Amino acid sequence: MATAYDSLTEPIKAAPRTGGGTAGRDRVTPGRIAKYALLLLFVVIVLIPVYVLLVTSFKGTGDADPSRAWSLPQVWTLENWSGAWAALQAPLWRTIALVVPSSLISAILGSMNGFVLARWRFPGADIIFTLILFGMFIPYQAVMIPLVQLMLNSGIPSGVPTLIVLHVIYGLPITTLIFRNYYQSVPNELVEAARVDGAGMLRTYWSVVLPISVPSFVVVLIWQFTSAWNDFLFAVFFSSSRNGPVTIALNNLANGAMLTDYGISMSGALLASLPTLLVYVLLGKYFIGGLMSGSVKG
Amino acid sequence: MPKNIRRWGPPLLLVSPSLILLAVFVYGLLAINAKTAGTDNHTAAQTTGRAPVQWVWFDNFVALLGSESFQHSLKNLVIYTVVFLAGTMFFGFLWAFLLDRPVRFEGWFRSIYLFPMAVSFVASGVVWRWLLNSNQGEAASGLNRLFQNVGLGFLQNNWWNNPDWGIAAIAIPAIWQMSGYVMALFLAGFRGIPEELREAARVDGANEWQLYRHVLFPQLSPVALSAVIIVGHMSLKAFDLIMSISKPANYQTKVPAIDMYQFKLSFDYANAAAVGVILLVIVAILIVPYLVHINRAEKH
Amino acid sequence: MRTRRTITALVAGIAASSLLLAACSSNNNEEPGGTGGAQGNDASEVEVFTWWASGSEKLGLDALVKVFEEQHPDTKFVNGAIAGGAGSAAKELLQSRLQAQDPPDTFQAHAGAELTDYINAGQLEDVSNLYDEFGLRDAFPKDLVDRLTVDGKIYSVPSNIHRANVVWANPTVLKDAGLDPEATYATLDDWFGALDKVKASGKTALSVATTWTQVHLFETVLLSTLGADAYNGLWNGSTDWAGADVTKALENFEKLMSYTNTDRDGLDWPDATQQIIDGKAGFNVMGDWAEAAFQEAKKQAPADYVYFPVPGTDGVFDFLADSFTLPVGSKHPGGTKNWLNTISSLDGQIAFNKAKGSIPARKDAAPSEFGAYQQSAMESFGQDTIVSSLAHGAAAPVATLNAISEAVSKFTTGAGDLATFQSDLVAANAG
Repeated sequence: MATAYDSLTEPIKAAPRTGGGTAGRDRVTPGRIAKYALLLLFVVIVLIPVYVLLVTSFKGTGDADPSRAWSLPQVWTLENWSGAWAALQAPLWRTIALVVPSSLISAILGSMNGFVLARWRFPGADIIFTLILFGMFIPYQAVMIPLVQLMLNSGIPSGVPTLIVLHVIYGLPITTLIFRNYYQSVPNELVEAARVDGAGMLRTYWSVVLPISVPSFVVVLIWQFTSAWNDFLFAVFFSSSRNGPVTIALNNLANGAMLTDYGISMSGALLASLPTLLVYVLLGKYFIGGLMSGSVKG
Repeated sequence: MPKNIRRWGPPLLLVSPSLILLAVFVYGLLAINAKTAGTDNHTAAQTTGRAPVQWVWFDNFVALLGSESFQHSLKNLVIYTVVFLAGTMFFGFLWAFLLDRPVRFEGWFRSIYLFPMAVSFVASGVVWRWLLNSNQGEAASGLNRLFQNVGLGFLQNNWWNNPDWGIAAIAIPAIWQMSGYVMALFLAGFRGIPEELREAARVDGANEWQLYRHVLFPQLSPVALSAVIIVGHMSLKAFDLIMSISKPANYQTKVPAIDMYQFKLSFDYANAAAVGVILLVIVAILIVPYLVHINRAEKH
Repeated sequence: MRTRRTITALVAGIAASSLLLAACSSNNNEEPGGTGGAQGNDASEVEVFTWWASGSEKLGLDALVKVFEEQHPDTKFVNGAIAGGAGSAAKELLQSRLQAQDPPDTFQAHAGAELTDYINAGQLEDVSNLYDEFGLRDAFPKDLVDRLTVDGKIYSVPSNIHRANVVWANPTVLKDAGLDPEATYATLDDWFGALDKVKASGKTALSVATTWTQVHLFETVLLSTLGADAYNGLWNGSTDWAGADVTKALENFEKLMSYTNTDRDGLDWPDATQQIIDGKAGFNVMGDWAEAAFQEAKKQAPADYVYFPVPGTDGVFDFLADSFTLPVGSKHPGGTKNWLNTISSLDGQIAFNKAKGSIPARKDAAPSEFGAYQQSAMESFGQDTIVSSLAHGAAAPVATLNAISEAVSKFTTGAGDLATFQSDLVAANAG
């Protein structure tokens, strides 16, 4: 009999069998045709902006104009891509250097918090969790100016180091939430057994809880990766075009010139989205699997 | 007693770095912000101490909420939130519903629907600015031109240039980006429902539609609530998208976050802080009951 | 119990540290050192903060840096350029840095009222002594120096001058509409007749873009309808915003907007200029940085485009200037001084303006070094009445400009009528 525990080790559960007498799996019915047609229609709709991005990125100057948005390039050229790569190469590496450490650290901290708040509790744990969670909802603009002052006084260099610190701190609420919900769906027997055996908190965490946390780590890492990669607000305030991530560089590329070069802006936009896109393509099923294991239930 | 401390001390210690960080970076800074909002610090000179600053308590809030300009922003925020929420919930749920039963290439469909979430608002702003161009007829480009090309010319409209409903057009890119996430939530929700429940309903003679309507959908209400909260609070912060597509100076798509930005640029820190506090209060009104509800639900 | 006390102590500690933080931050608002001469005279480097990160602006900056390296080889140039929307991202960052007392060594700002807030906040040093040292009081026109002087002190050094009240037109479109491409128009009413003809021929009569370009158009209408003196009076309080002549100007503005393209709010100024280049629109009002757009599109005047002052403003030079400052607390004031020396020097201004397409602030630059449009602009600058641009930070401080912009946007999007527009403008200028 399938248990919640089994789903922890499979990336995704297969869809349940339809069962019932009449709806066979491979029968071609009007209903199924309608379903596929609908799904395909949505694919087209979702990909419309991508089409424009792609097509414009291969157009030369003059061709890359809003009035010719829908037509294919008159002359296919790669100069936008090489230009975008030249402009975004260094920022891309800097963004990776920013996103990977901050995702890992905030995931680890979130995991420890989630474990403690879900399974190794103490008086006031729920209140503390609520206080932590509230931090997720604040509008960042509300704290921006005092934050700038604070980070300046802290002595942490601007650019990647400051951004890592900020993404870790402001990522704590969501990572704690995801892990806490996940650990709540883990059978209590596991932790209790360890406790009965005399294991302390850290030991229990290290040898019992951490090994089964993989799906949740995947969800958190994907989420933090994306949100740090796409962040613009913090990047603008705490870094510059010299030491900042790819969102700043892309903004410079797309909005900086007096005469906007649309071709290079679009290729830049695609280039800047490539890493997160790869993450979703490769790890998408783990994302859903992780969500399924109770990470973000209500 | 010492035994209790040994039991509760470590977890408290483990979670205390996070607590201290959040106390400073969330609550401390919010307190500073609230303090600024209660002063008359409307110029740069006051901020650097060259002109006196006085407490005005709630005057800034009263003035803001009474001004036609800010009311327009609030109205836009409501429209944006409703359209954004409705759109993402509708498409997310629909896609999850379509994909729940076995479908070939499910992985492909899922990846494609989820993919817009990978794009940053700065990047998507680049292309959506083109698509939402408001010219119609001869000079049309963007989506209006596409509608003409496929024979749906009657759908043309002036998108975000509409002074009353323009903000709803800005919600479209946001819906495009976030529906995939809602789909993932609902799909996880669907798949998380134990097989036994479905079997039991079928044994009882329910057909597929009744199975969905009376058994599966109700099971999804916690997931739906989660989605509404997470997506809803994002709309309150909506800023990057508007900056990319319609620029801050446009009256049609003004929202409170934009007002805050403009106040800040005008060195009017007190009003910027006041807008921040108002946004926070709106968020709190929606979120705090939810948090309390989770808290209580878990005690059972 | 002891555990409860521990928890209470912890919570109290967190609360206390939050309050302490609040108290500490509010005390961090005293500026360092006072007036003249910050920390020593360090000239080892200079961090130059601008929004000239691409296009002809970057070319201008590069040309300037070359001259700087020749004139001051011992000072290292550090490029702090931040791109984005006519400096909005840069202005935000600059504000934070100034407030956090970490200013760049020098920053770009529009000369004139835009600096008011920084001056009042005590964030800029008085550079009048540099004007004397570099002989700038003679090199710059007196009118200009007067406009930059606040309470007897000067706070920035201009690098270039732009003119805002210029109409650009496509002669082919005009001919097709039955107009003489060489014609100029004495008043706005004359111009309306021409605009009608272009509209009737099926093209956009007047191309315009997003809000700031509409404010730009608005200021030229104010200038044309009110005349130079009354226009100046708008900014020093002697002209009444609620008066009948302002109402007339608003009516003219309303009529002009009726000739414009409907997608204007989603465009930026190059798109509107492009409509002239492509022959989709007849007329466009923009500052003379548009000249760079025509050059880049390899267009020639008068075959491909013509230009003339906005009808009713002939003999008036609506100026705006980019300038550089010396912030209080700059880490390398010696470096800044060298930079200010270069940008105000003859070689520096010639190199910069040739690349950027504007004209030097100095009177003694030889016009022959520059292109045809620039020569005509330099001549005008030398003899016309000079007034300050609203849309580009010379005439009004930031808060006022933002309020006027919101009023304009509200009006042009149809969310308010003319009377509301006028009362919004009165309110905007009351503060």
